[in-house]
Amino acid sequence: MLLSEMKEGEKGIIVRIAGSGALRRRILEMGMVKGSQIYIEKYAPLKDPLELIVKNYHISLRVEEASQITVEKSE
Amino acid sequence: MTDKKTITIALAGNPNSGKTTIFNNITGSRQKIGNWPGVTVEKKEGLISKFGYDLKIVDLPGTYSLTPYSIEEIVARNFVLEESPDVVIDIIDSSNLERSLYLATQLREIDGKVLFVLNMADVARSHGTKIDAEKLSSLLDVPVIFTVGNKNEGMDDLLKEAIKLAESSPVKKEKRNVKYSKDIESAIVRIGDLIEDKVKDNIHYNFRWTAIKLLEDDKIVKERFALKAGNAGSDIIDEVQSLRKNLLNLYDEDTEIIMTDDRYGFISGIIKEVQTISPKRRVDISRNIDLVLTNKFIGFPIFIFFIWAMFQLTFTVGAYPMDLIDNGVNLLSSGFERFLPESIFKDLLVNGIIAGVGSVIIFLPNILILFFCIALFEDTGYMARAAFLMDKIMHLIGLHGKSFIPMLMGFGCNVPAIMAARTLESEKDRILTILITPFMSCSAKLPVYIVLAGTFFAAKAGNVIFSLYLLGIILSIISGRLFRLTLLKGADAPFVMELPPYRVPMLKSLTIHMWDRSKMFLKKMGKIILVGSIIVWFLSSFPRNINYSEDYTSILNNINESFKEKFISADENEKILLNEQKLAAIAGIENKMNSEKIEKSFMGKIGKGLSPVFKPLGIDWRGSVSLLTGVFAKEIVVSTLGVLYSTEKSNDKAALANALRSSGMTPLSALSMMVFVLLYLPCLATITTIKKETGSFKWTFFSITYSTVIAWMMSFCLYQGGKLLGFA
Ligand SMILES: Nc1nc2c(ncn2[C@@H]2O[C@H](COP(=O)(O)OP(=O)(O)OP(=O)(O)O)[C@@H](O)[C@H]2O)c(=O)[nH]1
Ligand SMILES: [Mg+2]
Repeated sequence: MLLSEMKEGEKGIIVRIAGSGALRRRILEMGMVKGSQIYIEKYAPLKDPLELIVKNYHISLRVEEASQITVEKSE
Repeated sequence: MTDKKTITIALAGNPNSGKTTIFNNITGSRQKIGNWPGVTVEKKEGLISKFGYDLKIVDLPGTYSLTPYSIEEIVARNFVLEESPDVVIDIIDSSNLERSLYLATQLREIDGKVLFVLNMADVARSHGTKIDAEKLSSLLDVPVIFTVGNKNEGMDDLLKEAIKLAESSPVKKEKRNVKYSKDIESAIVRIGDLIEDKVKDNIHYNFRWTAIKLLEDDKIVKERFALKAGNAGSDIIDEVQSLRKNLLNLYDEDTEIIMTDDRYGFISGIIKEVQTISPKRRVDISRNIDLVLTNKFIGFPIFIFFIWAMFQLTFTVGAYPMDLIDNGVNLLSSGFERFLPESIFKDLLVNGIIAGVGSVIIFLPNILILFFCIALFEDTGYMARAAFLMDKIMHLIGLHGKSFIPMLMGFGCNVPAIMAARTLESEKDRILTILITPFMSCSAKLPVYIVLAGTFFAAKAGNVIFSLYLLGIILSIISGRLFRLTLLKGADAPFVMELPPYRVPMLKSLTIHMWDRSKMFLKKMGKIILVGSIIVWFLSSFPRNINYSEDYTSILNNINESFKEKFISADENEKILLNEQKLAAIAGIENKMNSEKIEKSFMGKIGKGLSPVFKPLGIDWRGSVSLLTGVFAKEIVVSTLGVLYSTEKSNDKAALANALRSSGMTPLSALSMMVFVLLYLPCLATITTIKKETGSFKWTFFSITYSTVIAWMMSFCLYQGGKLLGFA
């Protein structure tokens, strides 16, 4: 499923990051690589952007960008 | 001195890892610190002598990787790669080791000497994270030390280790390099060999590193390589391209992506060996705070409350010390008035300098409180959340969440705010933010509002000032939208931002910040405002011999004579009454005479020249002149008013208010003037910054013209509309 479809408090593992260019690269460089665990900490009050926990730190992305990331939900 | 050796030490690292904190500790400087990524946007240098060496310490902006994304990151990368510092210290946030090691491994790939500093050791400890520094050091063959920046722990160790490293003979770090996937590794070797064979003499970086960067398609390295390596170089670049194509076919993925994966793979291997996290569950205070502050329902109300509280504090609490300073200024002024003999020097001192500087200096408390609140947002980590909360709204209007940070800082001062726009990755977002930030009403405009609104709106002054701020915000939003649709077309850049944990602000850093602000403000008083006041006084006091429209001297004599006669036939009680009448009559004439004197002065002539422009806005010549002088610094608007209206023999706030009221200014024209001050062209310092940051006369000129035209139109509509509706 897409990262943007996940709900608050759900966990997953990154399978694929689509898109291209500088942004994709930056996301990867910040540690959101294939196989990384992610946790959806929360959505902003207006449902965008969202806050994730990756590699023990908090990062925020827009829903639009999150929809480029495919994840596998885990328990 | 001269025989001492100078060692250049660069402080690099991820954003918000504590580089500037450590820089300040070591060099004793007071560069800005804040708990959000992207505080430092320029490199800063400091020189110290310690342990028998001259050390040049360089603080760099934070960066996540050596492939930069925004301009402040380019600054950091260029310094590390091109100025070849003797030692690069990588300041690592220990509580964020895994991600930090990404840059660390890249720094290790270049040839220089690298030292790892595990900062925020306290945070890691409190999370139950243990890092085996010795193991890390031996695995990567890099010295590693621990520090706690905000407690000033480990600074000497850090310097000693850096010096030791600088003095050591260069060693090849053969130990553990990132091992890339097999086919990539062989491509790296192939290109490295080619470089060594063909263009060895032209390239001064490590060949392996250059090969890696070329394979990663790093634009900047590629350009430089092409420039330096000449013809043989372009053959190599062609070869790189075909290798990249092959690799793309092989992995079905861009090479740089595979390489990033590989690096993180390598890093996770190291993490397994050096880091242990105790499984005990801990309360993460920061996370809990954030659950409240960015809560679905109360996040926005709290946010609005904070902004409201900031202004509330600024105005209400600021009013108390303001009265104190005001009294001090009055005391000074009346002291001089009484004890100095009548002379042109006294006139300059009392009606020029004290009236001018005194009318602005009383606002020091308000301005300090405002800056204190902004510093609090920055130091606690709330600033990043403000961007997080606001991103959706900003996005809808074509702006970027991160633009909100410069905008909020703009309430303090536009100069650092415009520079803070550097963290925006897209050039268009950045220019857009620079163009709209001046509409955020800065603290220097505050005195103007307080004086005018306080005089003409009394109890409603607070609401009036609040509406002005709101008008500024609304216009910046509308302008942003407009520019996005016309001049700076295109979508805004993606929003990817680290949200740091909340931290207790360092009292020391807050007080230093306040202290520096006060010093800056007082310096401004001592320089530009002082000089401005003197010039304004001069222009308004000369020429000295004026052809008055009436013979004031004989009028005064007549009054004296007539009262003398009345006195003769009056009893004691009547005498007191008569005396009062006499004084009032004299004061009235003197005021009239003074007004005429100023009107016929140089200043009056300038003002009259400007009046066709400002008359439709309901602003008289005195207002026009003060707006003109306000271009140097916005506070001067008030000090000029102070000088021009200091016709009454007293300089306190009340006197200026009285003079303003009796000058024919109405609430409507005061409002019109405030709107104009809010919007018209920014001060000189801001204009210079806009020029520096956009690097373009065109944008600078545009910004000046746009804001002034908008200001004029808004004031015009307001004043003429108000008049039509019957407000005077
Ligand atoms: N708990 C803790 N906080 C620290 C430590 N060192 C720095 N800080 C805090 O971390 C925050 C960031 O510090 P800065 O020095 O501004 O970080 P920087 O690396 O210069 O950040 P950028 O300029 O944005 O790249 C500030 O709030 C500091 O007070 C530390 O060792 N422990
Ligand atoms: Mg910094």
